[in-house]
Amino acid sequence: MQFPLVFGLNTFGDRTNDLDDRPLSHAQSIRNVVEEGVLAEQVGVDYFGIGEHHTDDFPMPAADVVLAAIAARTSRIHVGSAVTVLSSDDPVRVFQRFSTLNAISNGRAEVILGRGSSIDSFPLFGYDLADYEELFEEKLNLFAELLKGGPVTWEGNTRASLTNQDVVPHLESGPFPTWVGVGGSPQSVVRAARYGFALMLAIIGGSPARFKPFSQLFGLALAKFERAPLPVGVHSPGHVAETDEQAREEFWPRYLDMFTKLSKVRGFAIPTRDYYVFEVGPRGALFVGSPETVAQKIAANLTVLGANRFDLKYGMGGLAHETLMQNIELYGSQVIPRVRELMAESIEPTPHAAIG
Amino acid sequence: MTTPGRLAVLGAGHVGPVFARLAVDAGMKVAIAASGDPEDLALMMQVVLPEAEARWAADAVADADVVVMAIPLHDFTGFDPGLLAGKVVIDAMNYWAPADGVVEMLQDPRFSTSEVVQRRLAGSTVVKSLNHIGYQDLVEARRPAGSPERRAVGVAGDDCEAAQVVAGIVERFGFDPVPLGSLKAGRVLEPGGPVFGALLSQADFEQAVLSRVAAEA
Repeated sequence: MQFPLVFGLNTFGDRTNDLDDRPLSHAQSIRNVVEEGVLAEQVGVDYFGIGEHHTDDFPMPAADVVLAAIAARTSRIHVGSAVTVLSSDDPVRVFQRFSTLNAISNGRAEVILGRGSSIDSFPLFGYDLADYEELFEEKLNLFAELLKGGPVTWEGNTRASLTNQDVVPHLESGPFPTWVGVGGSPQSVVRAARYGFALMLAIIGGSPARFKPFSQLFGLALAKFERAPLPVGVHSPGHVAETDEQAREEFWPRYLDMFTKLSKVRGFAIPTRDYYVFEVGPRGALFVGSPETVAQKIAANLTVLGANRFDLKYGMGGLAHETLMQNIELYGSQVIPRVRELMAESIEPTPHAAIG
Repeated sequence: MTTPGRLAVLGAGHVGPVFARLAVDAGMKVAIAASGDPEDLALMMQVVLPEAEARWAADAVADADVVVMAIPLHDFTGFDPGLLAGKVVIDAMNYWAPADGVVEMLQDPRFSTSEVVQRRLAGSTVVKSLNHIGYQDLVEARRPAGSPERRAVGVAGDDCEAAQVVAGIVERFGFDPVPLGSLKAGRVLEPGGPVFGALLSQADFEQAVLSRVAAEA
């Protein structure tokens, strides 16, 4: 494998409940995320990412501020987004905020650019979803220019032009790692390669194996654009507890609640228990279970997908902070070492964990 | 019409390559086209699905027995209807205002979105189908005929013969086609309808859909 294995945790700042299942305030949920980030470093996680969201269920519009708080209390873990909705933001501001985070953290900042499934930022900031493609394309282009360092000259339709503009703070030692989050469109894979950004596959439903050709496509596209190889990561939701049953039963009612809410807005059917069982099984996209089950599934998928990084999106609206801390503890102290072991020994995945 | 052997897929985002995969596996000859030059698409298809040919949209359509539309519906407003004249067109597109923004011509509650598509594609025969199972589930959900786990896919068209052709394709893809009688009835397949995003057996599908169709007739 060309790149070292990296294991991250991602959160969308999902609103947490107390142990009596009463919703905590947005403010307390945010303070909890800081504690979760600090614990992630203590238990050996490599990356802590926060995804920008703008709703009551995910009160996390200023992820970079929270990341700075985590950076100030840690010394090793990388901190970044998961994702930054670049299309409804100003690339200059995104660069400035993450370059500042990079300064505070002594070079531990990363950014993952994308859309996520979050669309709330568009009406909030006065953008039209119909312009999504043009916004993302142009802003990726400007962001790539900003990362080169030095004065920027740029012209486009979606923001004011820049002429020989010095954008601060300057990068201390080259550009921070930048990824593009891709949800299943091969065209987006080629675009990430064109700009020379690393590839983060967001696999949030259905069989992960269908993403199998993407890392190969990414490699070919990088070669075509005469760029050096870049890492490939996987972002998927999940939940780790002591046993498979505990993990599944803790996660299911929260998952059902969230998707019932989403289904009303988006018009799709509420997921059935059968569908959930498929998703948490070896062929689905939910990494829910005991440390051994989740480790086997991660190892099998990284191998099949040709990826060297896995980010677990932990939490689901309503789960208690204490439950999430337990999840983080198990992920860092048991899942990550077990995946490293499985991949180092190139153990054939057990039939249970085999995926097609 | 004899069994159609050549399918053109228009759209190469999340959805198009999935339809191309289903068609290739069903033994069809598949051409796929995006809005631009097929050269970019060729690199992609070479890895994702080498059995499908990346072509200019006009060339892909010209040689096809059936065309499946897998572009975002909000981009369809800028689509040239002349390109599809004389063809059977599967409308697999969804109007998803909460995710893609509002499109004025699709807002009229009297018409299903496929009726609006048919009105614009006056020279083509439109059949609504394959829009209601998530692209992330389509490949995994296929089953051979007779399997107890086989899932249903609705087929809604005003033209009986075209609807049968599409039903035959759905069947070959690995699903049980459920005919819905008219493009208007195809509204039950849309987001917010009783089967959108669900994986249902034929019996459950019919139960979910038929009461709604009767209520709207």
